[in-house]
Amino acid sequence: MSVKKFAVATYNDEAVLFPAVKKVRGAGYKIHDVYTPFAVHGLDVALGEKESDLHIAGFIYGITGTCTALGFMGWIFTTDWPQNFGGKPHFPLPAFIPIVFELTVLFAAVGMVLTFCYLNQIMPGVKKHIFNPRQTDDKFVMAIEVDDTTEADTIAFLKGTGAEETNVQIAESEWWYGRWDKKEDYEIQQQIA
Amino acid sequence: MHLKYESIIREPLVDGNKTYHQVTEDICAPVEKAPTKLWKIGFFISAAMLLFGVFSVTWEVYWGTGVWNLNRTIGWGWDITNFVWWVGIGHAGTLISAILLLFRQGWRTGVNRAAEAMTIFAVMCAGQFPIWHMGRVWDGFFVLPYGNTRGPLWPNFVSPLLWDVFAISTYFTVSLLFWYSGLIPDFATIRDRAKTKFRKMAYGIASFGWAGSAKHWQRHEMLSLVLAGLSTPLVLSVHTIVSFDFATSVIPGWHTTIFPPYFVAGAVFSGFAMVQTLLVVTRKVLNLEEYITIGHIEAMNKVIVLTGSIVGVAYLTELFIAYYSGVVWEQEAFRLRVLGPYWWAYWAMMTCNVVSPQLFWFKKLRRNVWFTFFMSIIVNIGMWFERFVIIMSLHRDYLPSSWSYYTPSWPEVGFYLGSFGLFFTCYFLFAKYFPVIAIAEIKFILKTSGDNYKRDMEKIEVQDNQHFLEEQSHHH
Repeated sequence: MSVKKFAVATYNDEAVLFPAVKKVRGAGYKIHDVYTPFAVHGLDVALGEKESDLHIAGFIYGITGTCTALGFMGWIFTTDWPQNFGGKPHFPLPAFIPIVFELTVLFAAVGMVLTFCYLNQIMPGVKKHIFNPRQTDDKFVMAIEVDDTTEADTIAFLKGTGAEETNVQIAESEWWYGRWDKKEDYEIQQQIA
Repeated sequence: MHLKYESIIREPLVDGNKTYHQVTEDICAPVEKAPTKLWKIGFFISAAMLLFGVFSVTWEVYWGTGVWNLNRTIGWGWDITNFVWWVGIGHAGTLISAILLLFRQGWRTGVNRAAEAMTIFAVMCAGQFPIWHMGRVWDGFFVLPYGNTRGPLWPNFVSPLLWDVFAISTYFTVSLLFWYSGLIPDFATIRDRAKTKFRKMAYGIASFGWAGSAKHWQRHEMLSLVLAGLSTPLVLSVHTIVSFDFATSVIPGWHTTIFPPYFVAGAVFSGFAMVQTLLVVTRKVLNLEEYITIGHIEAMNKVIVLTGSIVGVAYLTELFIAYYSGVVWEQEAFRLRVLGPYWWAYWAMMTCNVVSPQLFWFKKLRRNVWFTFFMSIIVNIGMWFERFVIIMSLHRDYLPSSWSYYTPSWPEVGFYLGSFGLFFTCYFLFAKYFPVIAIAEIKFILKTSGDNYKRDMEKIEVQDNQHFLEEQSHHH
């Protein structure tokens, strides 16, 4: 748990967000994260994120599935319990293809989804700070970590980038286990303040 | 400024004057309102049918599969017919969500969520039939590859029936993952606008703590793309393997190489018909006509007329090859299909699948909601008969003394009704508690394909070529 202070800017269109991201990065601010209601193409490039390697993980899982299926069936039919099905060979590769293919797909899909959840740190019961409840609806939200000395300056800069609304929030920057129908301590303290 | 340009000649995919917020409001509305009377009646009927199915299956398990009217010649009847029929229906969902994603068909966004849900529920229904046909269903785990206590005796990995176990369970798992990964961001949308305590908690859990971070969206896009790439060959393999159940046997009328492509085309055909049946009603009841437009319905009707024609060609090819092969068994099997005791099923199939869908060549009929609904039912009946006709090839075998005629007993009919109950119970729950349309995906295409944004495209279209190229070339 690490509660930090963020300058938060809300934009109402991706067409405003893109130049804003460019300006903010150009001015040397380090963007904590940008939250959007849908996948905005090109935003990852604008933020300087490198391309995801998830597909490579998927390939490795897939190959694992292929090898598991081939190895397991091959071992059973040739070594563990060889059976004679109408005089056919003990290692009938063409007849193995369907199950080999299915296990390839199964391993790749399950592995990738689990990796996706792990990388994004998402899981049932996980809770994260939502800077603006409409960031999953129609708003585009940018958060920049600040301290007492940089706070006023950052907010002033964000106001100049076309933000519809700016504010400062004390927020948990990581994920934690929690219930979405309950407020956390730091949120309640912030409300009182 | 538009991030992507689309010609105004293309029909808008979202009608009306929509903003991002309005999209959220429209699609979340059914989730946030109390269930309507119509919903309650529909749910009650479905649940009643499901209960009758449970009773029929309990009866069958208690007395054994002998209560079904299967006999020595016709060892497979309604049970396998229904299995193939339901699996086939599932295929349209994957086709819409995966293959159309790879082909970059924007219209899929309006229908993919409901179609994928349909896939999952249809596969659940399909799975019931082989499971309960086992009779001693408590020994069902024998199909799993484990060395049992009597020595390491394994299942037969080169049997198409075991391939089915792997294919159907993989298909179900992958479809579920694909569907749910798309649902996570939409559950987060509902969670963040929830007013009630329960909804906050439930959708909080269901959304996995999604916040919409840019990096997460990038991974989400990658995941969707690769899952689509995996699902595309998967969906083709599943019905291919189902067709192997028949094609690798040595029964005349079954032992043909045309089966895999013919089954896949038929599956897509029946699946799209079921999507139409569900969505024509859903769009009306949930007020989503601006998202599932006549254009969407027309696009799906085009798929129906195409796959219907492919199936028609397959039927005629089968007849020709039977004649041309010169094999008397094959010729007799097909003569019996067309003119034998089950002639009525064959001609019902021909009429429903080949003749009547040709009416969709008329644009007026493709865009008529009532006609579409009527045709979707006809196609589903036709595709059920297709499987029935194929399976009833069994009524004449090599020994005339065992020739027979088969009609289902009440537990078989009850089981089939029960599968409808299961399907519609799930669908009603889905329509009430899930966003029926992929909210985030609609927002993604809104500014290129939304009605009100398309009007602004005119400004782009009057630009000269050089200017247009400079602005648009990198938006693909």
